[in-house]
Amino acid sequence: MTSSAISPNVTSRLSEIVGAANVASDFAQLATYEIDRKLPAAAVRPGSGEEVAEIVEFAASEKLALVPTGARTKLGIGYAPSRYDLALDTTRLNKVIAYDPGDLTLSVEAGVPLAKLAQVLAEHRQFLPLPVPFVNRTTVGGLIAAGVDSPLRQFYGTARDFLLGMEYVTGEGVAAKSGGRVVKNVTGYDIHKLMIGALGTLGVITRVNFKTFPMPLATRGCIARFATAENALDMRHRIAQSALTPLTMEIVSPGVAELFGSDAATRYERAPMPANVISNNEWALTTGYAGNEQVLDRYAKDLQSMAKESGTTGVTILAEKLPPAWARKREFIPIALASSPATTIVKMSVLPMRMKEALAAAQRAAESNNLRWAAMARGLGIIYFAILPSDHTEEYRQQVANATSEMQQGCAKLAGHATIPWAPAQWKNTLQIWGPARPDAAQMQKIKSVFDPQNILSPDRFASPL
Amino acid sequence: MDSQLLRDLKSLLGSEAVLHRPEELMLYEYDGSVEVARPNCVVFPRTTADVLAIVKLANQYQTPLVGRGAGTGLSGGALARKGGILAVFSRMNRILEIDIENQRATVQPGVVNADLSAAVANAGLHFAPDPSSQKACTIGGNVSENSGGPHTLAYGVTTNHVLSLEAVLPTGELIRIGSSALDSPGYDLLGLFVGSEGTLALITEITVKLTRLPEAVKTLLAIFDTLDDTTETVVDITARGITPAACEMLDGWTLRAVEAYVHAGFPLDCAAVLLLEVDGVAEAVQQHAEEVADICRAHHAREVRVARDARERDLLWKGRKNAFGAVGRLSPTYYVQDGVIPRTKLPATLRRINEIGVKYGFQIGNIFHAGDGNLHPLILFDARDEAQFRGVVAAADEIIQFCIEMGGSITGEHGVGMEKDRLMPLLFSEADLDVMRNVRAAFNPQGLLNPDKIFPSKKGCGEIHVRPLPLAGAPSA
Ligand SMILES: Cc1cc2nc3c(=O)[nH]c(=O)nc-3n(C[C@H](O)[C@H](O)[C@H](O)COP(=O)(O)OP(=O)(O)OC[C@H]3O[C@@H](n4cnc5c(N)ncnc54)[C@H](O)[C@@H]3O)c2cc1C
Repeated sequence: MTSSAISPNVTSRLSEIVGAANVASDFAQLATYEIDRKLPAAAVRPGSGEEVAEIVEFAASEKLALVPTGARTKLGIGYAPSRYDLALDTTRLNKVIAYDPGDLTLSVEAGVPLAKLAQVLAEHRQFLPLPVPFVNRTTVGGLIAAGVDSPLRQFYGTARDFLLGMEYVTGEGVAAKSGGRVVKNVTGYDIHKLMIGALGTLGVITRVNFKTFPMPLATRGCIARFATAENALDMRHRIAQSALTPLTMEIVSPGVAELFGSDAATRYERAPMPANVISNNEWALTTGYAGNEQVLDRYAKDLQSMAKESGTTGVTILAEKLPPAWARKREFIPIALASSPATTIVKMSVLPMRMKEALAAAQRAAESNNLRWAAMARGLGIIYFAILPSDHTEEYRQQVANATSEMQQGCAKLAGHATIPWAPAQWKNTLQIWGPARPDAAQMQKIKSVFDPQNILSPDRFASPL
Repeated sequence: MDSQLLRDLKSLLGSEAVLHRPEELMLYEYDGSVEVARPNCVVFPRTTADVLAIVKLANQYQTPLVGRGAGTGLSGGALARKGGILAVFSRMNRILEIDIENQRATVQPGVVNADLSAAVANAGLHFAPDPSSQKACTIGGNVSENSGGPHTLAYGVTTNHVLSLEAVLPTGELIRIGSSALDSPGYDLLGLFVGSEGTLALITEITVKLTRLPEAVKTLLAIFDTLDDTTETVVDITARGITPAACEMLDGWTLRAVEAYVHAGFPLDCAAVLLLEVDGVAEAVQQHAEEVADICRAHHAREVRVARDARERDLLWKGRKNAFGAVGRLSPTYYVQDGVIPRTKLPATLRRINEIGVKYGFQIGNIFHAGDGNLHPLILFDARDEAQFRGVVAAADEIIQFCIEMGGSITGEHGVGMEKDRLMPLLFSEADLDVMRNVRAAFNPQGLLNPDKIFPSKKGCGEIHVRPLPLAGAPSA
């Protein structure tokens, strides 16, 4: 563990802003803000957007590096911050500012836990289609900053598609906003889009406005099992060319059944995994869909016949509500992380028709390096490929570095790209977390200089070349 | 204009691709808005290399440069407010690649919106953003304005369908942002550039998603005797969590203008109609159409007609999409506002718009994207009369003020351009605007590209420019 030291003046100034009770500087508390074995010198918990601005302004004047944090479930994404003086804990920013069910719009502070929000929305049979990893803990601001996706993106898109506006604080301590609270708006630049997935390197998100969605009627699922990835992808292509618009569509590899049935998995979803819906040595294509009785029947019928045409070895229609298999799809990453001490997750993006080659290349790369793996691919062309070494040894590190580099080259050949959002802290500096240098790196640097000229916000989490 | 610059442009592009005589420039003083500004010359690039070279010349001669698609924009975005070079993309109109299996297309910016959808219709696909001007407007214009359309309600606006751009920065750098595979790593530059109204870069190539056409569609026309019943119906449809593919409202006055022009069979004696569409798998469409019709009847719809076939459906849509043209036949000039309000505020807002019309003595027609609360009050006036023009601006400002009081916004799809820059401080603080200005400066450091747009000038804001205005004419489509 390394930790940064700051002068007592800093804590006293922070206490002036937020009250002494909301500044932590003892080791036990700071340990909970660890990022890749680095601890901050202090953690500060502002209670308002104004306090956030004051803290950042102060940090900027002292050149203290600051990392905004939410529920701290996604701080492992990307490189560790190169400097980490302050953790700016947003969890006291936990108010729902406005919810207008009749307009289907919502405005919340960044630290609101998604689960709490889900309850508020459920009272009006509405929801946010964001079943992201660690859904039961994650905060709204954290999931936006982390730029994570969810199975529901198949139908609803990602947060980018339904985020209406935002308030944020720049690296100079300026509180500003963009967008608005209506469902259609082109007034001014969409600064809020830049904050999505920026990992807190451009600003501290203090408030977000969303479009909400009516809860779908009855939902069901279909799981079709296949001997090969090729068969499963064939079914994916049939669905894409049909009139069906499922809510979720994932392909899971052999080995996922074991992960989903593990003790680790029950930590994220208590209900037991139904037996025999996916098998540990087969591939499976899983879809979720919604609608009235006739629609559900139509989906079941069409999906079953498409599965047959694609050479299925067996199909299960899961009736009633969102079954546990769904929760586990959502939590694929946390479950994979809990399944090995050195889990490394490669996120590959390719055109949908290139998924077969991408999966084959990844599988080859893992197996030729003797690495255990499991994968979940979204129908839209995103593959989460989990490498599951059984230890942190140097030998494994070398194998993982080789395998991930082969995967990244493989994706590049397919006109796609691959990043490594999650990897053991001690290996990160030897991995190309964000892939090879990108041609738009210079443009990204321009953005960074506008928002954070002193590079005090989550410095270098976005890493080379930023 | 520097005659050496003209010579350089001509030797670069050929003299048939450079216009500079006053009579040639007149057409380019206007777009679809009521603003006017004359460029010093108009050029027609054919390739990205042409665009790069034009940008270099603009830098060399320190001349303002503005991009333009079809010039259908409704906020003066494509006007050369400070003169200079107007680069018109109409000759960069090739569809470069269509990838049916992956549902992608790559186009040059001058491709007309409807042409792309037509090119992929056989494969059961379309480009979902469908501005009412889609037979004329270009995809480059759509990307710059982040345009919407009647079917935006269910399918999203342009930004939800763009995957990657090639563009030339005003500094002369050629950049490529985004990627045809999803989730390009790093900052979402694409999200910033789409909707930046031609102030950050000239766009030279665009990759978009193509969307599958629905299996079944039902188009309904619900006819009402009061405006309140019509707007309450929209509120109710929204609140019940039904998302039609489209939900457009036309008030009685507009309807009569449209009917005289299009002969779509719209009733002439009603207060307003809703043009509603539901689509999806056949089993869902039937039920949703019935639900929507029931809600209309619960709010006293006099009649709910369902289009029986594609011909009837097309006729109803023709009425909607030609409405601005129809109004253009009645009044020398009209001014279209583009305010947005939360949908529950529709009844109060339409009442208020009527009051404002009465107060200022203008006929105001309403034809708009009701389902997402995006108003388009059309204020009719005679531009030759300066007092009337002042009155129109005052009336429009009052409408916008009301939208903002309702928690809304000043533009839902037409952009800020040179028309609403002075209204920006009603929504944004100086700090908000400064961040945006700094972002512009990062890519457009000298402000050569599309100057004096979106952001109010820091000094002397609030002043209204009054100039002689064009006759409205009926914009095509
Ligand atoms: C009858 C009518 C109906 C309309 N209906 C709708 C509607 O339903 N929804 C809607 O959203 N809008 C609508 N509009 C507005 C307008 O059609 C849209 O804004 C359209 O996208 C503009 O496209 P254009 O090609 O005409 O662009 P222009 O008007 O030529 O330009 C618009 C902006 O884009 C910039 N630009 C254009 N091409 C480039 C490029 N290659 N690189 C950089 N910048 C560029 C220009 O500088 C300008 O700022 C309507 C307009 C009319 C006249």
